[in-house]
Amino acid sequence: MTTAETYVTAAYCVVFAGVLVYVVLIALKLQRLEREVDELERAAHKAAEDERETVGVG
Amino acid sequence: MTYFADVGALARKDLLLELRARDTLPAMLLFVVATFVVFHFSLPAHSSQLAASGLLWVAIIFTALLGLGRAFVPEREQRVLDGLVLAPCDRSAIWLAKSIATLAFLGAAELVALPVFALFFHGLSGATVAGVVLADIGICAVGTFLGAMAVATRARDLLLPLLFLPLAIPIVVGGVGASVVGSPGRYLAFLALYDLLFGLLCWATFEYVVTE
Amino acid sequence: MRVVSRLYRVPLPALAVASLVLMMVALTLVFYVAPNDANQGFSQRIFYFHVPIAFTAYACFAAGAWKALRHLWKRDPLADLESYVAVHQGVIFGTLVLLTGSIWAKISWGHWWLWGEDELVLFLVLFLFYCAYFMLRFSVDPGPQRANLSAVYALFGVVLIPVSFLAIRIAKSFVHPEVFTLHGPNFGGWILVTYCVAQAALLLFAHTLYRVELTGKRLDARLRELRFA
Repeated sequence: MTTAETYVTAAYCVVFAGVLVYVVLIALKLQRLEREVDELERAAHKAAEDERETVGVG
Repeated sequence: MTYFADVGALARKDLLLELRARDTLPAMLLFVVATFVVFHFSLPAHSSQLAASGLLWVAIIFTALLGLGRAFVPEREQRVLDGLVLAPCDRSAIWLAKSIATLAFLGAAELVALPVFALFFHGLSGATVAGVVLADIGICAVGTFLGAMAVATRARDLLLPLLFLPLAIPIVVGGVGASVVGSPGRYLAFLALYDLLFGLLCWATFEYVVTE
Repeated sequence: MRVVSRLYRVPLPALAVASLVLMMVALTLVFYVAPNDANQGFSQRIFYFHVPIAFTAYACFAAGAWKALRHLWKRDPLADLESYVAVHQGVIFGTLVLLTGSIWAKISWGHWWLWGEDELVLFLVLFLFYCAYFMLRFSVDPGPQRANLSAVYALFGVVLIPVSFLAIRIAKSFVHPEVFTLHGPNFGGWILVTYCVAQAALLLFAHTLYRVELTGKRLDARLRELRFA
Protein backbone atom coordinates (compact mmCIF):
# COMPACT_ATOMS: atom_id res chain seq x y z
CA MET A 1 0.00 0.00 0.00
CA THR A 2 1.24 3.46 -0.87
CA THR A 3 1.56 6.14 1.81
CA ALA A 4 -1.56 7.91 0.58
CA GLU A 5 -3.60 4.70 0.74
CA THR A 6 -2.33 4.02 4.26
CA TYR A 7 -3.50 7.38 5.48
CA VAL A 8 -6.86 7.22 3.70
CA THR A 9 -7.51 3.78 5.17
CA ALA A 10 -6.47 5.03 8.60
CA ALA A 11 -8.88 7.96 8.25
CA TYR A 12 -11.78 5.64 7.43
CA CYS A 13 -10.87 3.38 10.34
CA VAL A 14 -10.86 6.35 12.68
CA VAL A 15 -14.30 7.43 11.48
CA PHE A 16 -15.59 3.91 11.97
CA ALA A 17 -14.05 3.79 15.43
CA GLY A 18 -15.93 7.00 16.19
CA VAL A 19 -19.21 5.35 15.20
CA LEU A 20 -18.45 2.38 17.44
CA VAL A 21 -17.62 4.69 20.36
CA TYR A 22 -21.03 6.27 19.83
CA VAL A 23 -22.59 2.80 20.14
CA VAL A 24 -20.71 2.32 23.44
CA LEU A 25 -22.09 5.63 24.72
CA ILE A 26 -25.64 4.65 23.73
CA ALA A 27 -25.17 1.33 25.52
CA LEU A 28 -24.11 3.15 28.69
CA LYS A 29 -27.11 5.47 28.47
CA LEU A 30 -29.46 2.53 27.99
CA GLN A 31 -27.99 0.79 31.01
CA ARG A 32 -28.62 3.90 33.12
CA LEU A 33 -32.17 4.26 31.78
CA GLU A 34 -32.91 0.61 32.53
CA ARG A 35 -31.79 1.09 36.11
CA GLU A 36 -34.00 4.17 36.48
CA VAL A 37 -37.04 2.39 35.02
CA ASP A 38 -36.42 -0.49 37.42
CA GLU A 39 -36.53 1.99 40.30
CA LEU A 40 -39.68 3.62 38.94
CA GLU A 41 -41.38 0.24 38.60
CA ARG A 42 -40.44 -0.68 42.14
CA ALA A 43 -41.78 2.66 43.41
CA ALA A 44 -45.01 2.24 41.44
CA HIS A 45 -45.52 -1.28 42.78
CA LYS A 46 -44.85 -0.13 46.29
CA ALA A 47 -47.37 2.68 45.93
CA ALA A 48 -49.95 0.21 44.62
CA GLU A 49 -49.23 -2.15 47.51
CA ASP A 50 -49.60 0.65 50.09
CA GLU A 51 -52.89 1.70 48.52
CA ARG A 52 -54.15 -1.86 48.71
CA GLU A 53 -53.19 -2.13 52.37
CA THR A 54 -55.04 0.99 53.46
CA VAL A 55 -58.29 0.00 51.77
CA GLY A 56 -59.95 -2.25 54.34
CA VAL A 57 -62.80 -4.67 54.04
CA GLY A 58 -66.33 -3.42 54.44
CA MET B 1 -63.05 -38.22 7.75
CA THR B 2 -64.88 -35.14 8.89
CA TYR B 3 -61.83 -33.03 8.01
CA PHE B 4 -62.32 -33.62 4.32
CA ALA B 5 -66.06 -33.28 4.69
CA ASP B 6 -65.47 -29.82 6.18
CA VAL B 7 -63.10 -28.94 3.37
CA GLY B 8 -65.62 -30.13 0.82
CA ALA B 9 -68.46 -28.17 2.35
CA LEU B 10 -66.44 -24.95 2.54
CA ALA B 11 -65.14 -25.33 -1.01
CA ARG B 12 -68.64 -26.01 -2.30
CA LYS B 13 -69.82 -22.81 -0.60
CA ASP B 14 -67.21 -20.73 -2.40
CA LEU B 15 -67.89 -22.32 -5.75
CA LEU B 16 -71.64 -21.85 -5.38
CA LEU B 17 -71.15 -18.22 -4.39
CA GLU B 18 -69.08 -17.61 -7.48
CA LEU B 19 -71.54 -19.42 -9.72
CA ARG B 20 -74.28 -17.13 -8.51
CA ALA B 21 -72.36 -13.86 -8.39
CA ARG B 22 -70.29 -14.49 -11.51
CA ASP B 23 -67.96 -11.59 -10.92
CA THR B 24 -64.45 -12.96 -10.27
CA LEU B 25 -64.10 -15.46 -13.09
CA PRO B 26 -65.25 -13.21 -15.97
CA ALA B 27 -62.97 -10.47 -14.65
CA MET B 28 -60.00 -12.84 -14.60
CA LEU B 29 -60.76 -14.03 -18.14
CA LEU B 30 -61.05 -10.52 -19.48
CA PHE B 31 -57.93 -9.46 -17.63
CA VAL B 32 -55.81 -12.26 -19.01
CA VAL B 33 -56.90 -11.73 -22.62
CA ALA B 34 -56.34 -7.98 -22.31
CA THR B 35 -52.90 -8.68 -20.86
CA PHE B 36 -52.02 -10.81 -23.88
CA VAL B 37 -52.98 -7.95 -26.17
CA VAL B 38 -50.77 -5.60 -24.15
CA PHE B 39 -47.94 -8.12 -24.44
CA HIS B 40 -48.28 -8.13 -28.20
CA PHE B 41 -47.69 -4.41 -28.22
CA SER B 42 -44.87 -4.59 -25.68
CA LEU B 43 -42.80 -7.14 -27.57
CA PRO B 44 -40.79 -5.41 -30.27
CA ALA B 45 -40.57 -7.05 -33.67
CA HIS B 46 -38.27 -10.04 -33.97
CA SER B 47 -38.60 -10.79 -30.27
CA SER B 48 -38.04 -14.45 -29.75
CA GLN B 49 -40.67 -16.98 -28.94
CA LEU B 50 -38.97 -17.31 -25.60
CA ALA B 51 -39.93 -13.78 -24.63
CA ALA B 52 -43.58 -14.58 -25.22
CA SER B 53 -43.27 -17.75 -23.12
CA GLY B 54 -41.83 -15.74 -20.29
CA LEU B 55 -44.64 -13.23 -20.54
CA LEU B 56 -47.20 -16.02 -20.28
CA TRP B 57 -46.00 -16.60 -16.75
CA VAL B 58 -46.24 -12.92 -15.91
CA ALA B 59 -49.86 -13.02 -17.09
CA ILE B 60 -50.59 -16.09 -14.97
CA ILE B 61 -49.13 -14.57 -11.82
CA PHE B 62 -50.99 -11.29 -12.17
CA THR B 63 -54.27 -12.89 -13.13
CA ALA B 64 -53.93 -15.11 -10.09
CA LEU B 65 -53.28 -12.01 -7.96
CA LEU B 66 -56.50 -10.51 -9.27
CA GLY B 67 -58.46 -13.58 -8.27
CA LEU B 68 -56.70 -13.92 -4.91
CA GLY B 69 -57.50 -10.34 -4.03
CA ARG B 70 -61.14 -11.27 -4.23
CA ALA B 71 -60.80 -14.55 -2.37
CA PHE B 72 -61.53 -13.37 1.13
CA VAL B 73 -63.74 -10.43 0.25
CA PRO B 74 -67.05 -12.24 0.97
CA GLU B 75 -65.72 -13.44 4.33
CA ARG B 76 -64.53 -10.02 5.27
CA GLU B 77 -67.64 -8.15 4.18
CA GLN B 78 -70.06 -10.47 5.92
CA ARG B 79 -67.75 -11.04 8.87
CA VAL B 80 -68.04 -14.71 8.12
CA LEU B 81 -64.42 -15.42 8.97
CA ASP B 82 -65.07 -15.08 12.71
CA GLY B 83 -67.92 -17.52 12.39
CA LEU B 84 -65.78 -19.97 10.47
CA VAL B 85 -63.06 -19.77 13.07
CA LEU B 86 -65.56 -20.50 15.83
CA ALA B 87 -66.88 -23.49 13.93
CA PRO B 88 -65.73 -26.86 15.32
CA CYS B 89 -63.48 -27.66 12.39
CA ASP B 90 -59.71 -27.67 12.07
CA ARG B 91 -58.76 -24.11 11.04
CA SER B 92 -56.47 -25.37 8.30
CA ALA B 93 -59.59 -26.76 6.58
CA ILE B 94 -60.60 -23.16 5.90
CA TRP B 95 -57.32 -22.57 4.10
CA LEU B 96 -57.47 -25.82 2.17
CA ALA B 97 -61.05 -25.26 1.03
CA LYS B 98 -60.34 -21.70 -0.05
CA SER B 99 -57.22 -22.83 -1.94
CA ILE B 100 -59.17 -25.52 -3.76
CA ALA B 101 -61.88 -23.05 -4.74
CA THR B 102 -59.30 -20.50 -5.95
CA LEU B 103 -57.53 -23.27 -7.83
CA ALA B 104 -60.80 -24.07 -9.57
CA PHE B 105 -61.22 -20.43 -10.63
CA LEU B 106 -57.64 -20.10 -11.80
CA GLY B 107 -57.88 -23.37 -13.67
CA ALA B 108 -61.10 -22.29 -15.34
CA ALA B 109 -59.51 -19.01 -16.38
CA GLU B 110 -56.49 -20.85 -17.79
CA LEU B 111 -58.69 -23.22 -19.75
CA VAL B 112 -59.52 -20.18 -21.85
CA ALA B 113 -56.23 -18.30 -21.47
CA LEU B 114 -53.89 -21.03 -22.68
CA PRO B 115 -55.65 -21.64 -26.01
CA VAL B 116 -55.86 -17.87 -26.53
CA PHE B 117 -52.12 -17.66 -25.88
CA ALA B 118 -51.50 -20.43 -28.39
CA LEU B 119 -53.63 -18.50 -30.86
CA PHE B 120 -51.91 -15.16 -30.33
CA PHE B 121 -48.32 -16.25 -29.93
CA HIS B 122 -47.22 -19.84 -30.33
CA GLY B 123 -48.18 -23.36 -29.37
CA LEU B 124 -47.67 -24.76 -25.92
CA SER B 125 -45.74 -27.90 -25.09
CA GLY B 126 -46.90 -30.56 -22.69
CA ALA B 127 -44.23 -29.50 -20.27
CA THR B 128 -45.65 -25.98 -20.20
CA VAL B 129 -49.10 -27.28 -19.33
CA ALA B 130 -47.66 -29.54 -16.63
CA GLY B 131 -45.75 -26.55 -15.31
CA VAL B 132 -48.93 -24.48 -15.27
CA VAL B 133 -50.76 -27.15 -13.28
CA LEU B 134 -47.99 -27.48 -10.71
CA ALA B 135 -47.51 -23.74 -10.48
CA ASP B 136 -51.25 -23.19 -9.97
CA ILE B 137 -51.18 -25.41 -6.91
CA GLY B 138 -48.35 -23.39 -5.41
CA ILE B 139 -49.90 -20.06 -6.34
CA CYS B 140 -53.26 -20.92 -4.82
CA ALA B 141 -51.81 -22.47 -1.66
CA VAL B 142 -49.48 -19.58 -0.86
CA GLY B 143 -51.75 -16.89 -2.29
CA THR B 144 -54.77 -17.95 -0.29
CA PHE B 145 -52.69 -18.06 2.86
CA LEU B 146 -51.31 -14.59 2.27
CA GLY B 147 -54.76 -13.34 1.31
CA ALA B 148 -56.02 -14.37 4.74
CA MET B 149 -53.13 -12.50 6.31
CA ALA B 150 -53.73 -9.40 4.21
CA VAL B 151 -57.41 -9.35 5.11
CA ALA B 152 -56.49 -8.99 8.78
CA THR B 153 -54.60 -5.76 8.13
CA ARG B 154 -55.59 -2.21 7.33
CA ALA B 155 -53.80 -2.12 4.00
CA ARG B 156 -55.49 -5.23 2.54
CA ASP B 157 -55.53 -4.87 -1.26
CA LEU B 158 -52.28 -2.94 -1.23
CA LEU B 159 -50.51 -5.55 0.81
CA LEU B 160 -51.34 -8.79 -0.96
CA PRO B 161 -49.17 -8.20 -4.09
CA LEU B 162 -46.26 -7.08 -1.89
CA LEU B 163 -46.51 -10.22 0.19
CA PHE B 164 -47.12 -12.52 -2.74
CA LEU B 165 -44.59 -11.47 -5.39
CA PRO B 166 -41.34 -12.37 -3.57
CA LEU B 167 -42.79 -15.79 -2.82
CA ALA B 168 -43.96 -16.12 -6.43
CA ILE B 169 -40.46 -15.68 -7.85
CA PRO B 170 -39.50 -19.37 -7.45
CA ILE B 171 -42.79 -20.34 -9.10
CA VAL B 172 -42.02 -18.12 -12.09
CA VAL B 173 -38.52 -19.59 -12.32
CA GLY B 174 -39.91 -23.12 -12.29
CA GLY B 175 -42.64 -22.34 -14.76
CA VAL B 176 -40.52 -20.46 -17.27
CA GLY B 177 -37.85 -23.13 -17.02
CA ALA B 178 -40.38 -25.83 -17.77
CA SER B 179 -41.69 -23.88 -20.77
CA VAL B 180 -38.41 -22.85 -22.26
CA VAL B 181 -35.66 -25.33 -21.46
CA GLY B 182 -35.09 -28.53 -23.43
CA SER B 183 -35.20 -30.87 -20.46
CA PRO B 184 -37.96 -29.53 -18.21
CA GLY B 185 -37.82 -32.35 -15.67
CA ARG B 186 -35.68 -30.40 -13.23
CA TYR B 187 -38.03 -27.45 -13.22
CA LEU B 188 -41.17 -29.54 -12.82
CA ALA B 189 -39.52 -31.33 -9.91
CA PHE B 190 -38.61 -27.96 -8.41
CA LEU B 191 -42.22 -26.77 -8.72
CA ALA B 192 -43.40 -29.94 -7.01
CA LEU B 193 -40.88 -29.35 -4.21
CA TYR B 194 -42.09 -25.77 -3.79
CA ASP B 195 -45.71 -26.93 -3.63
CA LEU B 196 -44.85 -29.56 -1.05
CA LEU B 197 -42.74 -27.34 1.21
CA PHE B 198 -44.98 -24.30 1.19
CA GLY B 199 -48.17 -26.33 1.18
CA LEU B 200 -47.06 -28.02 4.38
CA LEU B 201 -45.99 -24.75 5.93
CA CYS B 202 -49.32 -23.08 5.08
CA TRP B 203 -51.29 -26.03 6.38
CA ALA B 204 -49.35 -26.09 9.64
CA THR B 205 -49.47 -22.38 10.38
CA PHE B 206 -52.88 -21.22 9.11
CA GLU B 207 -54.29 -21.70 12.59
CA TYR B 208 -52.17 -18.81 13.85
CA VAL B 209 -53.25 -16.46 11.11
CA VAL B 210 -56.91 -16.49 12.04
CA THR B 211 -56.72 -16.88 15.79
CA GLU B 212 -55.07 -14.97 18.61
CA MET C 1 -43.90 -7.43 35.35
CA ARG C 2 -40.30 -7.59 34.38
CA VAL C 3 -39.12 -10.52 32.34
CA VAL C 4 -35.46 -11.16 33.10
CA SER C 5 -34.07 -12.81 30.00
CA ARG C 6 -31.56 -15.56 30.54
CA LEU C 7 -28.69 -14.87 28.18
CA TYR C 8 -28.98 -11.12 28.36
CA ARG C 9 -26.87 -11.13 31.49
CA VAL C 10 -23.84 -9.72 29.68
CA PRO C 11 -24.04 -5.99 30.30
CA LEU C 12 -24.65 -3.99 27.18
CA PRO C 13 -21.73 -1.54 27.50
CA ALA C 14 -19.34 -4.45 27.86
CA LEU C 15 -20.69 -5.94 24.64
CA ALA C 16 -20.32 -2.60 22.87
CA VAL C 17 -16.71 -2.15 23.99
CA ALA C 18 -15.88 -5.74 23.01
CA SER C 19 -17.32 -5.23 19.53
CA LEU C 20 -15.41 -1.93 19.21
CA VAL C 21 -12.15 -3.65 20.04
CA LEU C 22 -12.78 -6.67 17.82
CA MET C 23 -13.85 -4.49 14.89
CA MET C 24 -10.68 -2.42 15.16
CA VAL C 25 -8.59 -5.57 15.22
CA ALA C 26 -10.48 -6.85 12.18
CA LEU C 27 -10.03 -3.59 10.28
CA THR C 28 -6.33 -3.54 11.05
CA LEU C 29 -5.97 -7.09 9.83
CA VAL C 30 -8.02 -6.44 6.70
CA PHE C 31 -6.13 -3.38 5.60
CA TYR C 32 -2.65 -3.70 7.03
CA VAL C 33 -1.89 -7.37 7.58
CA ALA C 34 -3.71 -9.53 5.04
CA PRO C 35 -1.71 -10.03 1.87
CA ASN C 36 -2.79 -8.57 -1.46
CA ASP C 37 -4.76 -10.91 -3.65
CA ALA C 38 -2.80 -12.16 -6.66
CA ASN C 39 -5.66 -11.70 -9.11
CA GLN C 40 -7.73 -8.77 -7.97
CA GLY C 41 -5.32 -6.73 -5.92
CA PHE C 42 -6.35 -4.31 -3.24
CA SER C 43 -10.03 -4.19 -4.15
CA GLN C 44 -10.47 -7.83 -3.20
CA ARG C 45 -10.39 -6.77 0.45
CA ILE C 46 -14.02 -5.79 0.28
CA PHE C 47 -14.61 -9.54 0.34
CA TYR C 48 -13.64 -9.53 4.03
CA PHE C 49 -16.70 -7.39 4.70
CA HIS C 50 -19.13 -8.63 2.07
CA VAL C 51 -19.16 -12.32 2.96
CA PRO C 52 -19.24 -11.93 6.76
CA ILE C 53 -22.04 -9.38 6.42
CA ALA C 54 -23.99 -11.81 4.26
CA PHE C 55 -23.53 -14.58 6.79
CA THR C 56 -24.53 -12.23 9.60
CA ALA C 57 -27.70 -11.32 7.69
CA TYR C 58 -28.60 -15.01 7.31
CA ALA C 59 -27.95 -15.48 11.02
CA CYS C 60 -30.27 -12.57 11.85
CA PHE C 61 -33.07 -13.96 9.70
CA ALA C 62 -32.60 -17.39 11.23
CA ALA C 63 -32.69 -15.88 14.71
CA GLY C 64 -35.85 -13.99 13.78
CA ALA C 65 -37.47 -17.21 12.60
CA TRP C 66 -36.38 -19.04 15.75
CA LYS C 67 -37.89 -16.36 17.97
CA ALA C 68 -41.02 -16.46 15.82
CA LEU C 69 -41.26 -20.19 16.40
CA ARG C 70 -40.87 -19.67 20.14
CA HIS C 71 -43.67 -17.13 20.04
CA LEU C 72 -46.07 -19.42 18.23
CA TRP C 73 -45.10 -22.59 20.03
CA LYS C 74 -44.15 -21.62 23.58
CA ARG C 75 -46.02 -18.31 23.79
CA ASP C 76 -42.82 -16.69 25.03
CA PRO C 77 -43.93 -13.11 25.84
CA LEU C 78 -40.73 -11.41 24.75
CA ALA C 79 -40.26 -13.47 21.58
CA ASP C 80 -42.35 -11.30 19.25
CA LEU C 81 -40.28 -8.19 19.93
CA GLU C 82 -37.04 -10.18 19.71
CA SER C 83 -38.13 -11.63 16.37
CA TYR C 84 -38.96 -8.19 15.03
CA VAL C 85 -35.64 -6.70 16.11
CA ALA C 86 -33.72 -9.66 14.66
CA VAL C 87 -35.49 -9.29 11.30
CA HIS C 88 -34.80 -5.55 11.41
CA GLN C 89 -31.08 -6.18 11.92
CA GLY C 90 -31.20 -8.74 9.14
CA VAL C 91 -32.65 -6.21 6.71
CA ILE C 92 -30.00 -3.65 7.66
CA PHE C 93 -27.21 -6.15 7.07
CA GLY C 94 -28.93 -7.40 3.93
CA THR C 95 -28.96 -3.87 2.55
CA LEU C 96 -25.24 -3.68 3.32
CA VAL C 97 -24.71 -6.91 1.39
CA LEU C 98 -26.40 -5.40 -1.63
CA LEU C 99 -24.33 -2.21 -1.33
CA THR C 100 -20.97 -3.91 -0.79
CA GLY C 101 -21.73 -6.49 -3.47
CA SER C 102 -22.65 -3.76 -5.90
CA ILE C 103 -19.41 -1.89 -5.18
CA TRP C 104 -17.43 -5.08 -5.61
CA ALA C 105 -19.17 -5.83 -8.90
CA LYS C 106 -18.41 -2.34 -10.15
CA ILE C 107 -14.75 -2.61 -9.21
CA SER C 108 -14.28 -6.12 -10.56
CA TRP C 109 -16.48 -6.14 -13.64
CA GLY C 110 -17.48 -2.56 -14.33
CA HIS C 111 -21.20 -3.13 -13.73
CA TRP C 112 -23.12 -1.90 -10.70
CA TRP C 113 -25.43 -4.88 -10.82
CA LEU C 114 -24.84 -8.46 -11.93
CA TRP C 115 -27.81 -10.77 -12.43
CA GLY C 116 -25.31 -13.62 -12.73
CA GLU C 117 -24.16 -13.32 -9.12
CA ASP C 118 -26.38 -15.71 -7.13
CA GLU C 119 -25.92 -14.21 -3.71
CA LEU C 120 -26.77 -10.69 -4.82
CA VAL C 121 -29.97 -11.81 -6.52
CA LEU C 122 -30.92 -13.88 -3.48
CA PHE C 123 -30.47 -10.92 -1.20
CA LEU C 124 -32.55 -8.79 -3.54
CA VAL C 125 -35.42 -11.27 -3.27
CA LEU C 126 -35.01 -11.49 0.51
CA PHE C 127 -34.88 -7.71 0.74
CA LEU C 128 -38.24 -7.51 -1.06
CA PHE C 129 -39.66 -10.22 1.15
CA TYR C 130 -38.57 -8.70 4.45
CA CYS C 131 -39.55 -5.17 3.45
CA ALA C 132 -43.02 -6.60 3.01
CA TYR C 133 -42.63 -7.95 6.57
CA PHE C 134 -42.50 -4.39 7.85
CA MET C 135 -45.40 -3.31 5.67
CA LEU C 136 -47.39 -6.19 7.10
CA ARG C 137 -46.41 -5.46 10.67
CA PHE C 138 -47.20 -1.79 10.53
CA SER C 139 -50.60 -2.19 8.94
CA VAL C 140 -51.89 -4.19 11.91
CA ASP C 141 -52.59 -2.66 15.30
CA PRO C 142 -50.30 -3.87 18.10
CA GLY C 143 -51.62 -6.97 19.74
CA PRO C 144 -51.60 -10.74 19.62
CA GLN C 145 -52.76 -10.90 16.02
CA ARG C 146 -49.92 -8.69 14.81
CA ALA C 147 -47.46 -10.90 16.69
CA ASN C 148 -48.93 -14.04 15.14
CA LEU C 149 -48.95 -12.70 11.59
CA SER C 150 -45.36 -11.42 11.90
CA ALA C 151 -44.19 -14.72 13.35
CA VAL C 152 -45.77 -16.80 10.60
CA TYR C 153 -44.31 -14.52 7.93
CA ALA C 154 -40.84 -14.75 9.47
CA LEU C 155 -41.11 -18.55 9.27
CA PHE C 156 -42.04 -18.30 5.59
CA GLY C 157 -38.94 -16.19 5.07
CA VAL C 158 -36.61 -18.78 6.43
CA VAL C 159 -38.12 -21.46 4.16
CA LEU C 160 -37.87 -19.05 1.24
CA ILE C 161 -34.10 -18.63 1.63
CA PRO C 162 -33.05 -22.10 0.39
CA VAL C 163 -35.94 -22.34 -2.09
CA SER C 164 -35.02 -19.00 -3.65
CA PHE C 165 -31.37 -19.93 -3.78
CA LEU C 166 -32.21 -23.12 -5.62
CA ALA C 167 -34.54 -21.20 -7.97
CA ILE C 168 -31.84 -18.68 -8.79
CA ARG C 169 -29.36 -21.45 -9.49
CA ILE C 170 -31.65 -23.32 -11.87
CA ALA C 171 -32.78 -20.09 -13.50
CA LYS C 172 -29.26 -19.46 -14.71
CA SER C 173 -29.56 -21.90 -17.56
CA PHE C 174 -32.19 -19.80 -19.27
CA VAL C 175 -31.65 -16.33 -17.83
CA HIS C 176 -27.96 -15.58 -17.81
CA PRO C 177 -25.63 -17.74 -19.82
CA GLU C 178 -22.43 -15.93 -18.92
CA VAL C 179 -21.22 -16.39 -15.40
CA PHE C 180 -19.56 -13.50 -13.68
CA THR C 181 -18.61 -15.00 -10.39
CA LEU C 182 -17.00 -12.96 -7.71
CA HIS C 183 -14.25 -15.22 -6.52
CA GLY C 184 -13.17 -15.30 -2.98
CA PRO C 185 -9.49 -15.66 -2.23
CA ASN C 186 -7.85 -19.00 -1.75
CA PHE C 187 -7.94 -19.50 1.94
CA GLY C 188 -4.73 -19.93 3.82
CA GLY C 189 -2.65 -18.37 6.53
CA TRP C 190 -3.41 -14.74 7.26
CA ILE C 191 -6.34 -14.67 4.84
CA LEU C 192 -8.21 -17.24 6.86
CA VAL C 193 -7.37 -15.54 10.15
CA THR C 194 -8.48 -12.15 8.85
CA TYR C 195 -11.70 -13.62 7.51
CA CYS C 196 -12.53 -15.34 10.78
CA VAL C 197 -11.79 -12.25 12.86
CA ALA C 198 -13.90 -10.11 10.54
CA GLN C 199 -16.75 -12.60 10.78
CA ALA C 200 -16.57 -12.72 14.56
CA ALA C 201 -16.39 -8.93 14.77
CA LEU C 202 -19.45 -8.49 12.57
CA LEU C 203 -21.49 -11.10 14.42
CA LEU C 204 -20.61 -9.47 17.73
CA PHE C 205 -21.42 -6.04 16.36
CA ALA C 206 -24.75 -7.29 15.02
CA HIS C 207 -25.57 -8.80 18.39
CA THR C 208 -24.66 -5.55 20.13
CA LEU C 209 -26.92 -3.57 17.82
CA TYR C 210 -29.65 -6.14 18.37
CA ARG C 211 -29.36 -5.79 22.15
CA VAL C 212 -29.30 -2.00 21.88
CA GLU C 213 -32.47 -1.88 19.82
CA LEU C 214 -34.21 -4.51 21.92
CA THR C 215 -33.38 -2.72 25.16
CA GLY C 216 -34.58 0.57 23.74
CA LYS C 217 -37.90 -0.91 22.65
CA ARG C 218 -38.38 -2.75 25.92
CA LEU C 219 -37.79 0.48 27.81
CA ASP C 220 -40.40 2.20 25.65
CA ALA C 221 -42.88 -0.55 26.43
CA ARG C 222 -42.20 -0.50 30.16
CA LEU C 223 -42.44 3.28 30.37
CA ARG C 224 -45.75 3.19 28.52
CA GLU C 225 -46.98 0.56 30.99
CA LEU C 226 -45.88 2.69 33.92
CA ARG C 227 -47.58 5.76 32.54
CA PHE C 228 -50.91 4.04 32.15
CA ALA C 229 -50.65 1.90 35.28
